[in-house]
Amino acid sequence: MDRRKIEEKIFLFLMRISAILIVLSLILILFTIIAKGLPSLNLAMITQTPKGGYYLGKEGGILNAIMGSLFLAGGATILSMLISLPVVIYLNIYAKKNSKLSEFIRFSFDVLWGIPSIVYGAFGFTIMLFFNLRASLLAGIIVVALLILPIMSRTIDEVMRMVPAGLIETSYALGATKLETAFKVVIKQTLPGIITAILIALGRGIGDAASVLFTAGFSDYIPNSLLKPAATLPLAIFFQLLTPIPEVQERAYASAFILTAIILIISIVSRIITNRFSKNLIK
Amino acid sequence: MKFRFLKDKFFKHLMFMCIVFSISIVFLMLFGLFIRSLPILQQKSFSDIFLSGTWHPLRGEFGFAPFIVGTLWVTVVAMVIAIPLCLLTAIYLSEYAHRRVTVFLKPFIDLLAGIPSVVYGIWGVLAVIPLIRDYIAPLFGVRSTGYGILAGGIVLGIMVFPIIIQICVEVFQSVPKELREASLALGATKWQTIKHSVLRKALPGILAAIVLGFSRAFGETMAVLMVVGNVPKIPKSIFDCAYPLPALIANNYGEMLSVPLYDSALMLASLILLLLVLIFNILARLILIRVERSTQ
Repeated sequence: MDRRKIEEKIFLFLMRISAILIVLSLILILFTIIAKGLPSLNLAMITQTPKGGYYLGKEGGILNAIMGSLFLAGGATILSMLISLPVVIYLNIYAKKNSKLSEFIRFSFDVLWGIPSIVYGAFGFTIMLFFNLRASLLAGIIVVALLILPIMSRTIDEVMRMVPAGLIETSYALGATKLETAFKVVIKQTLPGIITAILIALGRGIGDAASVLFTAGFSDYIPNSLLKPAATLPLAIFFQLLTPIPEVQERAYASAFILTAIILIISIVSRIITNRFSKNLIK
Repeated sequence: MKFRFLKDKFFKHLMFMCIVFSISIVFLMLFGLFIRSLPILQQKSFSDIFLSGTWHPLRGEFGFAPFIVGTLWVTVVAMVIAIPLCLLTAIYLSEYAHRRVTVFLKPFIDLLAGIPSVVYGIWGVLAVIPLIRDYIAPLFGVRSTGYGILAGGIVLGIMVFPIIIQICVEVFQSVPKELREASLALGATKWQTIKHSVLRKALPGILAAIVLGFSRAFGETMAVLMVVGNVPKIPKSIFDCAYPLPALIANNYGEMLSVPLYDSALMLASLILLLLVLIFNILARLILIRVERSTQ
């Protein structure tokens, strides 16, 4: 066998090894979280709010953080949807295809996507100082909404770009305005993609910690108003891990398991939706 | 009849306003953080802030050097781990792997991108730190708690896998088929074709992917914060603790309002982070747009 064949064999072997390593790293992460988190998980953790001295090893659970995260991410997803849907419709229906303007808009959203969440958090903090606001669920929702805005917009945009031009032209030919075409044809056509985008954004919103550190605060209670501070699951994990008490650290592992489970469920649901509902679409 | 057209016009402008608002966020961020970091920029000299290694907020000394160096160390270690693995995997996925393998692997990579950074951090504490403390550090004859640059680098390296792989695969797929066929027709093996034609053509795109991965690692906060040790000293080896900029911001938000200039210093740190990430991202995205155009 000549040398170039051997070289190819060696590199193919290395490629397979790297692909396996990457899959293995994910499996290892999930395995570690399950193996360490599941044994310390109990019903009280997901049904109770922290009692006094929870962070010293006393009774209670992290229901406050679970609910806080769901409220926060849910609110942020709705808010960000209200901005990103118009953005994407403008890009795909109103703006000229491949114009300088639409290229610039996509470029800007890609750049926005790259900004780290801690910077969003610090920015949110400057805004709060400016308006003299205190850390609250509302402030957290606004900052997380800004954080997931580029993710949601670009994900929906990718789906809407795939809508066949013929379909849109047919709608125009029937006398529909662009707005009517957008809402009655294009959105219907891209609904599975939009739902997937919402779920991806929701997952990001639930998992992000750095942006809410400054803005949402922390509280032992489930927030009952937008102006109250709210605990979030990632921060609860972080704070539990910081304590020197082993039992509380165990709870951090259990909380990480809960967070991972939520993210896994969201990702599986979005995969099912993509697979099941994309069959009925006009290609 | 007329109302329909009015409605169409009205919503067109409303939608455009949404776009203007979204894009203006970047400028608002730059402006807001700049205003907040003005006090420290006015009272301290450039060298006091960026070249000094002493960090004593209570004495009014804010030297950023340890944090900037720490960020660079952790990010570079992460990239050293991620680049070869990601490049090889991306070549494998786009050139060699059967479609079934690609379809099988894609969810894994997507999921890796979806795992929250706190979970990466917990995994780092549970798996990476003991590994370094008990096996890797003794191997080099170093005593280490496990917390430090290497731990941060490993965790960050895994976190940037998805972004680098996804962009590299896209770039490889945009390389025209004719280029490969020409090389194969000359008698080159598949690997020679990839090495001499595909990789050369894809080089700008690969660089863009690496820059994007670098900037992602640069701004990552929680996972790094949990494993890197957080000691504000300039590190000397990869087993030393470091204190990257994002960790500094996240760790001190509580006390920053009670010490003069402290909040200004942290906002300056955010501004530096934002500026660097913006430069990296703009460069990388411009390259990617050019790559996309050249294949159309």
